[in-house]
Amino acid sequence: MPLLQIKHLTHFFGGLRAVYDYNLDLEKGEIVGLIGPNGAGKTTVFNLVTGAYKPSEGEVRLNGDNLVGLQPHQITTKGIARTFQTIRLWNELTVLDNIRIAHASRIKYSLPDSILHGQRYQKEEKDIKEQALKLLAVFGLEGNARELAKNLPYGAQRRIEIARALATEPQILLLDEPAAGMNPGEIGELMALIRQIREEFDLTIWLIEHQMRVIMNICERIKVVDFGETIAEGTPTEIQNNPRVVEAYLGEEAF
Amino acid sequence: MALATFLQHFLNALQWGSFYALIALGYTMVYGVLLLINFAHGDIFMVGAYIGFFIAAFLLGLGTGIPVWIILAVTILGSMALTAGVGVTIERIAYRPMRERGANRLYVVITALMIGLFLEYLNLSTLGAADRGFPELIPTKIYSVGGVSFTNIKLIVIGLSVVVMVGLELFLRRTKWGMAMRAISYDRTAVPLMGVPVNGIITVTFIIGSSLAALAGIMYGSAYHVISFDMGIIIGWKAFIAAVVGGIGEVRGAMVGGFLLGFIEIFVVALGSIPGFEWLSSTYRDLVSFTILLVILTIKPTGLFGVARRQKV
Amino acid sequence: MKTMKKLFQPLILALLFVVFVGGSWLHIFNDYWQLVLLFMGINIILTVSLNLINGYMGEFSCGHAGFMAVGAYVSSVLTVWLFADDKIFGPAVLPASWSILLFPVILIIGAIAASLVGLLIAVPSFKTRGDYLAIITLAVNYIVKSAIENMEVIGGPRGFVGMKRVMNGMAGVFNAPWLLIWTFIGMLVTIFIIRNFVSSTLGKGVEAIREDEIAAELMSVNTKRVKMIAFMLSCGLAGLAGGLFAHGPGGYINPGTFTILKSTEVMVMVYLGGMGSTSGSIISAIGFTLLLEVLRPLGVFKWVLIPLLLVVMMIFRPSGIMGGKELGDIFPKLRKIFGSEEESYALASN
Repeated sequence: MPLLQIKHLTHFFGGLRAVYDYNLDLEKGEIVGLIGPNGAGKTTVFNLVTGAYKPSEGEVRLNGDNLVGLQPHQITTKGIARTFQTIRLWNELTVLDNIRIAHASRIKYSLPDSILHGQRYQKEEKDIKEQALKLLAVFGLEGNARELAKNLPYGAQRRIEIARALATEPQILLLDEPAAGMNPGEIGELMALIRQIREEFDLTIWLIEHQMRVIMNICERIKVVDFGETIAEGTPTEIQNNPRVVEAYLGEEAF
Repeated sequence: MALATFLQHFLNALQWGSFYALIALGYTMVYGVLLLINFAHGDIFMVGAYIGFFIAAFLLGLGTGIPVWIILAVTILGSMALTAGVGVTIERIAYRPMRERGANRLYVVITALMIGLFLEYLNLSTLGAADRGFPELIPTKIYSVGGVSFTNIKLIVIGLSVVVMVGLELFLRRTKWGMAMRAISYDRTAVPLMGVPVNGIITVTFIIGSSLAALAGIMYGSAYHVISFDMGIIIGWKAFIAAVVGGIGEVRGAMVGGFLLGFIEIFVVALGSIPGFEWLSSTYRDLVSFTILLVILTIKPTGLFGVARRQKV
Repeated sequence: MKTMKKLFQPLILALLFVVFVGGSWLHIFNDYWQLVLLFMGINIILTVSLNLINGYMGEFSCGHAGFMAVGAYVSSVLTVWLFADDKIFGPAVLPASWSILLFPVILIIGAIAASLVGLLIAVPSFKTRGDYLAIITLAVNYIVKSAIENMEVIGGPRGFVGMKRVMNGMAGVFNAPWLLIWTFIGMLVTIFIIRNFVSSTLGKGVEAIREDEIAAELMSVNTKRVKMIAFMLSCGLAGLAGGLFAHGPGGYINPGTFTILKSTEVMVMVYLGGMGSTSGSIISAIGFTLLLEVLRPLGVFKWVLIPLLLVVMMIFRPSGIMGGKELGDIFPKLRKIFGSEEESYALASN
């Protein structure tokens, strides 16, 4: 059974149809790309799947379990995590705290424990902190643990966002334009990083990007949307040669 | 309830609601333009009433037989102008510097709250705790039509409020300044780039809001003959809630919200006179009003006319 | 380091206890100063608890006095009913010797009642934020005050008396400054609860909500649960403060004390100290209480100066006295002594 199944996902914002009949089967371990012109509805698809909006129609299943109608934090706990188009870190908190907090769903101690700070609490917090530091080390950020998130450079902030998403121990990672604003050197590092975390954390990755270099080099499969509808699907080579895709992207210089 | 009694209460509600509506307008316009809850606004209402009181007392004290209607006109216009000055001064000295520093909106709100306190206690400490009797500038005439009795003052208050609100609507829809004000409430960043003087518009907003509050203050004094240092607190907070219930930032919402609150309050008390409802004494009035407002806000959190500003995820 | 810390904290607290409570007992502090100490303690509880909502969570709750009122009335009615002869509630049910033991229990009951009323703002907070939630807190403050005014059985607008008899009964059993003792303990409990909660990963969810609620929700934080906890803790502790306040000298409370003006007073202390800084709240509460006493000769005029002071503060240093930092950030050594285990562990591991 595919890890993630999306069937006939449709969403209206009032009278505006943002997503129409979106379908996807994500197999475990894949890296799949979602591309399309601006305003095509890509981020909306992410929002629908992660529960930020409740879809007007359609089904979303993770390992067969229905996700539609669940609270976002419940969906995340079940195994889907994401990063955002514009960085949404908790700026006034430290880098370490940003990662710690994402462990929220794994907390087993109770409210009284969180106040009394007994043995069980201390052990769990110690573990959370160790895990958080280890995660930061993967991204080369463990030295910045005590700094406020807002003080780090843009590239580092993007990496923190990915680390934070990983802290929720997801099965599927949704990356929303992770390469935005990066220079070519950073993009190369990003691509290596994505491959590395897929291996190390046993992930399935679903990726929205405008940078064609990233999409074409990393994704095994790509779906293209325009005006909320899927207009093409296939391997990178197939997509590159698809006339409908080229037409939709007319003006995009990245090809 | 007999029709006459109902109409009686209806008129009372219209008058009572007028005050709320006029004050609510000030809150809503400033919010629309600045996204600021000007908590000092209720106290501007009090300031307007007191300035009017002093102008009227001064002119009456001159004793040179100036026609009362001239005194009334000068009182109203003079108070509106001076109170507008107070409002604009507060904006210049307190809100603008914070805006220009890019201060967090919350800090400006706190500042507004403090300025309100400052005005109340300035009044209390300099003028004393005793309420003042507002001079009778309009000789009271009582009319009786079909069992319903009302004073000319009540008619004037209601009439003036309607005229003012219609005028405001026209101003907002038909004039350039009005359009600019509405434009700012939709998009704060684009408007200055179009060459519109934002600071000027904000000043105009405060002028209008403060003078309306002053007008309400004078009418309140004329209708109820008593003004006190804390008159702005309760009426101000309630007018604010009325503005929010109507949808803060929406001018029509403020008008509707103000009258709605007036109606709720008057009719809750009125119900208390019906057999079986005696427990609804006037002390319950506030309780019931607030609960109804809470309910409305729970059902439609952005207020009756409010538009939910969708947050982009 | 750990043993030193383990000893230092209780030692210093014990020292403070001996100085302030012992000093009061022996009348080194006269009645006036005991009252000031009492208000300091109560203000600390109020400020630290409100800071959880207004500072750490970034909301604008303007109705803290309402929850104080709930705690004040619930605990007063219970103590008067149980321990004092009262016209409405009849003769004392229990002997005065029990009052010493049951007083903290009753205070806790008052706090629980207040935290339940706190649900009135906790539940709306799931869907509403910012300005709209502020209105709701205002309305709840008003509704509570209004409701009390309409309850004749507890005195309505005229107020409720009888607590003095209760406190006298306690002093009769064993002469000690009981209220001061319980206030001191209540203050410690409050600081302990809030500080420990916000340093835990669960509690950090509160700040995550402030910074970006949607991101928090999507990063697996159960925002509804966190908000519920925060509001109930905050309102409950306000109720504790109310209960202590009600049993102060005078032994009289009336709804007029718990209006928006009182809520504003607490807000002033929170913003003076800096949002999201518990040590800032403590310093601010102490300083503000003293300021009120220093300015007492000015009478009503002090309420002209205090708002101006805060306006100046907002313009030039809006982050408050502590600038959002804890005392431990500025003096790291202090953290080794006073910090929670979690914080000192973090320091040790660096």
